[in-house]
Amino acid sequence: MAPILDINKLYKNYGPVEILKDINISIEPGDFLVLVGPSGCGKSTLLNCIAGLEEITGGTLSIGGNDMTHVSPKDRDIAMVFQSYALYPTMSVAKNITFGMKVRGVDQATQDAKLKEVASLLQIEPLLNRRPSQLSGGQRQRVAMGRALVRDPKLFLFDEPLSNLDAKLRVEMRTEIKKLHQTLDASIVYVTHDQIEAMTLATKIVVLKGGIVQQIGTPAEIYNNPANLFVADFMGSPAMNLIPAQASNNGSGTQISITRETGDTLVLTDARAPELPQDVILGLRPEDIAEAGFRAGAGVQEAACMVDMVEPAGADTYVVSELGGKQVTARLHAETSAQAGQMLNLAFDMSKVSYFAKETGERLN
Amino acid sequence: MTDLSMPQTQTRTQSATGKIALRWLLYVLLGLFALYYLMPLFVMLTTSLKSLEEIRTGSLISLPREVSFDAWKTAWSGACTGIQCEGLRPYFWNSVLIAVPAVAISTLLGALNGYVVAQWRFKGANIIFSLMLFGCFIPFQVVLLPMARLLGIMGIAGTIPGLIFVHVIYGLGFTTLFFRNYYVTIPAELTKAARVDGAGFMRIFWSIFLPLSLPIIVVTVIWQFTQIWNDFLFGVSFSQAGTQPVTVALNNIVNSTTGVKEYNVDMAAAIIAGLPTLLVYVVAGKYFIRGLTAGSVKG
Repeated sequence: MAPILDINKLYKNYGPVEILKDINISIEPGDFLVLVGPSGCGKSTLLNCIAGLEEITGGTLSIGGNDMTHVSPKDRDIAMVFQSYALYPTMSVAKNITFGMKVRGVDQATQDAKLKEVASLLQIEPLLNRRPSQLSGGQRQRVAMGRALVRDPKLFLFDEPLSNLDAKLRVEMRTEIKKLHQTLDASIVYVTHDQIEAMTLATKIVVLKGGIVQQIGTPAEIYNNPANLFVADFMGSPAMNLIPAQASNNGSGTQISITRETGDTLVLTDARAPELPQDVILGLRPEDIAEAGFRAGAGVQEAACMVDMVEPAGADTYVVSELGGKQVTARLHAETSAQAGQMLNLAFDMSKVSYFAKETGERLN
Repeated sequence: MTDLSMPQTQTRTQSATGKIALRWLLYVLLGLFALYYLMPLFVMLTTSLKSLEEIRTGSLISLPREVSFDAWKTAWSGACTGIQCEGLRPYFWNSVLIAVPAVAISTLLGALNGYVVAQWRFKGANIIFSLMLFGCFIPFQVVLLPMARLLGIMGIAGTIPGLIFVHVIYGLGFTTLFFRNYYVTIPAELTKAARVDGAGFMRIFWSIFLPLSLPIIVVTVIWQFTQIWNDFLFGVSFSQAGTQPVTVALNNIVNSTTGVKEYNVDMAAAIIAGLPTLLVYVVAGKYFIRGLTAGSVKG
């Protein structure tokens, strides 16, 4: 099938400032694409470019197989949900939802039918005669989504739709958006700075930094095989441990030496490592460092480490130790007997390890 | 313990009396100021209701012995402005014919300008806005001659449309400023949402921005109406016999009487000339204050 959205060599400049550089993204119908990155990385600009609210400087963009590079927003067959909801303040909820249809000259009977359908889907029937100012944040969010849904577009665009909600409501609405995506089988492009939102919602994630795509992949790919140090550090909470280390090959496998706090070295062996330069950064997720005896497998190696801090988090307990001059977090089970200031045997799962070049930050394995 | 608590209560009562005294001082001062400002109005009103005989013999601030509306009648329809003796009436209607369209047009254009400058940023938008702002501060006298020339070229010199034109041009700086500052607080996402919904430039203006604008429209209308109604310089410069606004006619009534000065007629005429602006303030005054601050604070 043709991709629903195809972005090819897209560039966007504001005067001399390059905001987006060589963006190439393509998604299939039914995909949930999440653009994620720190603030100022250009993700909202990219969404505005897809919507046609910003002219692009170079490259092409097609939606549903049609070239939309210079088409105005109303003719792109898209609907958009904004961070501030952008409800029309002087119109009732019903009028807000039907405004687009009214502008496009849809007949009254169809308008009413669609309004009813969307209102029942989002459970906002009792609110239809209210003004936006009389609604709570979550209700406004629903109305904004209703305004998008009623259009039944080829592509939905969401611009940080949950960041104005409080934490509890955010999680609720997140689930609801995911459910909506599944029931409608809609194609969605979703912008967020929240990597948990990205992980939970996406079928495909694009990590952006400084207007450059860092990695495109499924949540699992991004999480397990980050393409560079930035992605490794940005995705996941607590963040991936990134430990400076020395690599050397002695025939039976690669020796990874990490300097301890005390000055001596911790040596781990990785039999499956590719050829590595001498200086590398070793990346291991906190859950890939467990208490000795709780993790088994070919790559698991144990080593005693000094525990600097113990942080119980309910379901898990995080243990912080210093390796290679960095705080290294291990994710242990809740009933661990680890205590700060004592040695603890930790199991490092070397089958999950990522290696990054020290200078470029690029992934090596 | 009692020794310790005594001075405390004392200070408290002292500060309480102090507060009351301060409050009263405030009221007295405010009352004096109000009196000061109301005095001329009082004199005008009472004088306009007196007969000439009574004015000559009585005191300035005494109440009229006999209330008479003759002076008002004369001022409205009989007082002489130069050779004609038709009173203020025809000129009052001139002013209405000038002020109403000029206010409406300048307000509408100001709203459109403000909408463009605030929500449809284009290259040079800031420069154009600054230039319009600059227009607010150009003294009227500077443009009298060029404007007279322009009106002559356009063929509307000395006509009511000519005066409307002048007032619209002069109002644009202020009306644009008012609407721009109001619209700039409206999130840009609203325009974006409407564009995705398929609405165009004018549709967004009519359906979304204008319905939001009532407070700032009231401010602009009051401001423009007061400016245009009270204008004398443009009125006297760009009008001719028959198209003069009420302010010019008032001046002519007061300055061109021969013989005994009819103070009661002058006073009545002045009140008539000032009545419409007074009315606008009374009716829409609270919106004025509300609207003036509405643009500056984010809703």
